[in-house]
Amino acid sequence: MIRIEPRNTSSRAYAVGIPVLSACLALALAAIPLLLAGANPITAYGEMIKGVFGSVFAISEMLTRATPLIFTGLAAALAFRAKLWNIGAEGQLYLGAMAAVAIGSGVLDLPGLALIPLIIILGAAAGAAGMAVPTFLKTRFGADEVVTTLLLNFVILIFLQMMLEGPLQDPMGLGWPQSAPVLDQGMLPPLMERMRVHSGLIIALIAAGIAQFMLARSVWGFKLRAVGENAAAARHAGINVKRSLFGVAIISGGLAGLAGVSEVAGLKGYLTADLSPGFGYTGIVVAMLAGLSPAGVVIAALFIASVFVGADSMSRAMGVSSFLADLVVSMSLLCVLVGGFVAKYRIIRTNRGQATS
Amino acid sequence: MSDIVLRLNGLSKQFGTVIANRNVSLTLKRGEVLALLGENGAGKTTLMNMLFGHYLPDAGSIEVAGPDGTLRPLTLGHPQAALSAGVGMVHQHFTLAENINALDNITLGSEPLFSLRRNRKAAQAKVDAIIATSGLAAPMTTPVGRLSVGERQRVEILKALYRDARILVLDEPTAVLTPQEADTLFANIKAMTQDGLSVIFISHKLREVLAFSDRIAVLRHGEKVGEIPTDQADEATIARMMVGADTPKPQRAAMTPGAPVLRLSQLSVAGRSKRDSLHKVDLNLRAHEILGVAGISGNGQSALASVVSGLAQPSAGQIDVDGMPLSNPTPAGMVAAGVGRIPEDRHHEGIVGAMSVAENLVIERLDDPAIQARGLLRRDAISAHADQLAQDYDVRGPGVTAPARLLSGGNIQKLILARVFERGPRLILANQPTRGLDMGAAAEVGRRLLEARARGAGVLLISEDLDEILSLADRIVVIRDGHLIDAGDPDRARIGLMMAGEAA
Repeated sequence: MIRIEPRNTSSRAYAVGIPVLSACLALALAAIPLLLAGANPITAYGEMIKGVFGSVFAISEMLTRATPLIFTGLAAALAFRAKLWNIGAEGQLYLGAMAAVAIGSGVLDLPGLALIPLIIILGAAAGAAGMAVPTFLKTRFGADEVVTTLLLNFVILIFLQMMLEGPLQDPMGLGWPQSAPVLDQGMLPPLMERMRVHSGLIIALIAAGIAQFMLARSVWGFKLRAVGENAAAARHAGINVKRSLFGVAIISGGLAGLAGVSEVAGLKGYLTADLSPGFGYTGIVVAMLAGLSPAGVVIAALFIASVFVGADSMSRAMGVSSFLADLVVSMSLLCVLVGGFVAKYRIIRTNRGQATS
Repeated sequence: MSDIVLRLNGLSKQFGTVIANRNVSLTLKRGEVLALLGENGAGKTTLMNMLFGHYLPDAGSIEVAGPDGTLRPLTLGHPQAALSAGVGMVHQHFTLAENINALDNITLGSEPLFSLRRNRKAAQAKVDAIIATSGLAAPMTTPVGRLSVGERQRVEILKALYRDARILVLDEPTAVLTPQEADTLFANIKAMTQDGLSVIFISHKLREVLAFSDRIAVLRHGEKVGEIPTDQADEATIARMMVGADTPKPQRAAMTPGAPVLRLSQLSVAGRSKRDSLHKVDLNLRAHEILGVAGISGNGQSALASVVSGLAQPSAGQIDVDGMPLSNPTPAGMVAAGVGRIPEDRHHEGIVGAMSVAENLVIERLDDPAIQARGLLRRDAISAHADQLAQDYDVRGPGVTAPARLLSGGNIQKLILARVFERGPRLILANQPTRGLDMGAAAEVGRRLLEARARGAGVLLISEDLDEILSLADRIVVIRDGHLIDAGDPDRARIGLMMAGEAA
């Protein structure tokens, strides 16, 4: 007979060890479909590692992919800490991107030192507004934000398509549904010559650092944690729960908006409706893998970006499907969730009870 | 044929490093009422859960007498085995489906799962027969959700008896009853024991244990520390067995009440249901005074507490705290006005369990410059503050940086007391401040409330424990259906009747 009992302590070693073990386990499990696809897993993983760390270019690609994931991961992690379930980072990302091209593609011909901060601020504000609406509906009418934020993603995507074939469409774009490019001086500077990695990464890392510090050390973070862990006690103690939720909603939406700004103004230069291959949703995975810790988000985003970039290059080298990347990411999430359970509970084997009557 | 119907042999159970029961042996005779006493966390409920198969003991065995009276070992860890051996358990929190009627609740689970026809008539006849011999009457055709608490409890007991229970375990059966309802319950139990039913009941209330049991077994720290026939026991002896030492009774010196600290004038609260509403309530609490609010739960206590804590807005009427009218009370506003609030549900409203003891101690004063500077927490100050308070208020646990949920119930309450009393409040709202606490922690709460009264605070003490109110309060009001009624002389029987609404 097997019994499950809560553990008395859950140590720091578990908090770090479980995600790492889960990631390794996910890679081990992904070896099975690799074998089925006729590839030698060891060579395949070798190719994968080479594709991520094998050259400066590979590292640059991985960091480029990690940048939006850090933003959306932080957006999810902070909101989830307050038990505000923001599933709408994908839509907020596009709102941020729309604001960036709306302001950065020629309406204002400012010098870069003025234009870049303006793009960043307005992009973040657009994302924040995208999260403020469902939060208002939640605090005022009790509308479930899981539903509203999720559905708003589709509303925003359709709105984006409308804009790309209307006011935001590039007049020089031969009728393609794409925006005019962001002015050269409005682009976030690249970090390395001839590489795609750009200074959006630096902004993402600074944001993660600030989030980590504020969560642990500020009154704002204290209130956010209290509201998330026990809203009734927070309210009883005199914390304004609605204000805390609005605060974190604005920060969360703003970070998701920054993901859009950083993709448009750091990487692509112009906006299309396929700017994000689901960075908003992957951000939720990143946040869960990170145990909702901002510092953990950076590590989890790097891990997931490595898996995606590595799997791409592996599939090219080995001729197997690049969907294996999705498989590894999904399995690491499942492993982490199971691992989280193992960290909290222990499974005990007991002998069956004594003689029966 | 042996007289013994149940024998627990050396039962032990450990949860992690916590020993819940160590080598506990007990016997129960046919037709006997055994009271199981002990402080919170003494292991009473764990022991009964092992008997009923919810937990598997680490060591020991259980024997139950069959219908022929011979003892047979019970399969451990299986509630179904306990049920079929004739052990019935009535939990403190009822396990009835509220949307179906009492008869269906009683037969639920004892009917075959795959059967197209139900023999309602036979079921009704069997229930009627049980009611006739036990006197446990309850309406059978009304949905259980509309029954009173006392009726629901009778349905729970009927459910156990319907399954031919010969041993009945009652976990704190009177916690939710008026004194009169409790007396009726025990009269019914006495009647049933005449027919050979054996009863174990868990209780905190020494008075009813002494009045209604045949034998008393006392647990402390998971071990059985004593067992005496009730006719040889008195309150002092049992209390000593429970805590291992005499607990001093709170000493209440006479005092002259001072200026008013809380005045409610024609105050109404429109709650979601009748149970949490107040109707044109007048109340006047002065300094150096403890005002006890007695009543059965669900008569408006939560509305009264919410409005004084700032959680609910009055729909009409006026609140003055310390002589100042409050137009739009909020929790933060109440704290600022000098109100100390001890919430009813300390786990749910009192603490944020995942946050540290130190953080929970400062959660009501986050604006204080001693706690924060420019929006950043002063962590050294917070931990020094916590060390000091933990020492002053004897909050014991794994340390001030550990999550507050790791504290025991009594220590959580001490944490809340520390948070409330360190600010020297003018008005203290204590809502069920000792519910679920062991005697030592409960005595500490009483001592702190009397200390605050001596210092000049007014205390609004809401409690369902009449003995607590009688021992602490200077004046008593009864709350019933959202109205407050002055109780006049503190007379237990008369207040009990007022709580039940039978006299005004």
